[in-house]
Amino acid sequence: MTRRVNRISPFNITSLALGLAFLYLPIVILVIYSFNASRLVTVWGGWSLRWYTEFFNDRAMLDAAWMSLRVAAVSATVATLLGTLAAIGLARGERFKGRSLFSGMLYAPLVMPEVISGLSLLLLFVALSAERGFWTVTLAHTTLTMCFVTVVVQSRLASIDRSLEEAAMDLGCDPVRAFLSVTLPLIVPAIVAGWMLAFTLSLDDVVIASFTTGPGSATLPIRIYSEVRLGVKPQINAICTMVIALIAVVIVIASFASKLSSSQGESAAPL
Amino acid sequence: MSARSIFARPARLAAIAPYLWMVLFFLVPFGFVLKISLSQTAIAQPPYVPLFDLTAGWAAIKAALSELSLDNFKLLVSDSLYISSYLRSIFVAVTSTAILLLIGYPIAYGMARLPQRWQPIAMMLVIVPFWTSFLIRIYAWINILQHDGLLNKMLLALHIVSTPVVWLSTDTAMYIGIVYSYLPFMILPLYATLAKMDGALIEAASDLGASPGRAFWLVTFPLSLPGVGAGALLCFIPIVGEFVIPDLLAGSGSMMIGQTLWLEFFTNKDWPVASAAAVALLLLLIPPLLLYDRLQRRTLRGGG
Repeated sequence: MTRRVNRISPFNITSLALGLAFLYLPIVILVIYSFNASRLVTVWGGWSLRWYTEFFNDRAMLDAAWMSLRVAAVSATVATLLGTLAAIGLARGERFKGRSLFSGMLYAPLVMPEVISGLSLLLLFVALSAERGFWTVTLAHTTLTMCFVTVVVQSRLASIDRSLEEAAMDLGCDPVRAFLSVTLPLIVPAIVAGWMLAFTLSLDDVVIASFTTGPGSATLPIRIYSEVRLGVKPQINAICTMVIALIAVVIVIASFASKLSSSQGESAAPL
Repeated sequence: MSARSIFARPARLAAIAPYLWMVLFFLVPFGFVLKISLSQTAIAQPPYVPLFDLTAGWAAIKAALSELSLDNFKLLVSDSLYISSYLRSIFVAVTSTAILLLIGYPIAYGMARLPQRWQPIAMMLVIVPFWTSFLIRIYAWINILQHDGLLNKMLLALHIVSTPVVWLSTDTAMYIGIVYSYLPFMILPLYATLAKMDGALIEAASDLGASPGRAFWLVTFPLSLPGVGAGALLCFIPIVGEFVIPDLLAGSGSMMIGQTLWLEFFTNKDWPVASAAAVALLLLLIPPLLLYDRLQRRTLRGGG
């Protein structure tokens, strides 16, 4: 079977272990220090929840958190709808006019520096004289995150055995019904994973939100960012820990969904 | 085959809504950036002279066209602040990509060598930090790197240094932050190509007398080059325009182009110059973007 040359070496294991430690240690340290009783972030003063209670008494932070959650929920939902439609078009539309422009527009935002996306969307909103705030940030986040949804759903669609759809059509389904009753149930886990990814990306964004929001409607990352620029504060550790906890819940649900999806075939998506 | 072509029509219809959305919210805004980068700063709010007023008819548009100016771009190439921030962006992106490759390759290689059933777990472990807030991960490093942070405490306790080292507001801190944030982007494409590789090739090389090191450089590494290319581009492109990491971790001495753009926009309120900087940044990124797009399509078409 597998011979010695292809076996895992101590070097492989060491680099893997060090790599994972590098990825996780800073986050673990942050979480531990959020329970620190001391006001000095670097001195350990015993376990305490005081920075959490402080957050729940901070009106401005709570407003920002609420704004972020609403933006993330609405933008992720619209992005999932549009991104899934785009994925269907790309995965099942064969060749059509403007296809490469379409896929280019969907792939570019994945790597486009956020300062460019943010500035360009702001200029659009100014030109349309849209009032900046909740809706402009939501539209901006929808545009960015639908591209991620498209990638996730498209790779799932590409891995589905198309003879299933063809069989359904041989049995008398029209294409739309064949899709809805055969393909859609198979890609639901990828759609769920796409929604989760869109939600967390929206919850994370500082740059695009800074450009597209208006005065008085800061998102949570914008507030965290302005606090962080002034230095480390224990309350920020507590807020970050809560965001991490929220995202962890989202990941658990998403991985559950992609497990369902991978039981049907290959694993859902590289992201 | 015919069943597929029947399928194609409703699928194309499904794409209409996202198509229009992306044209309106992705393509058209670039037109505005271009337009404003060619206009002149005015004192009025919004801080630019509006160029095309469609209600005013053709004559007005013609008049407006004649007022387009390249002044903002002339400023970009004549002011050393902009030139140095461009050069610094490219330098930082190249250096970080090289470090990411050096760190990410052994990790991806280790993952690909894991027993089959462990590989999805390792992949999940690499992806999870990507989901965790980017800003929070940078903040976590500020905790560690600050003057009396854990890193200095550790170094002092181990008697490696006698006085605390200044980490924050240095290029070292910025590189740590960039490498930390982008590592999953480097590992995943590398892992994807390494995991697909046929182990029999390495066995053949070793049967023919190649040492493990030689087999790696002659067989494994050349075959992993598509993954190297994808990972490098996936890191290089966004790092060039990075704003948050250098702003929070690097010193205030020299800026990257993303910071210059931010400063012009938010502090100096000079929208035309900020737009010109965005156009210039975009021009710089078009070749790597096209390359990335080609790689991406080949991967999707080639089935992995």
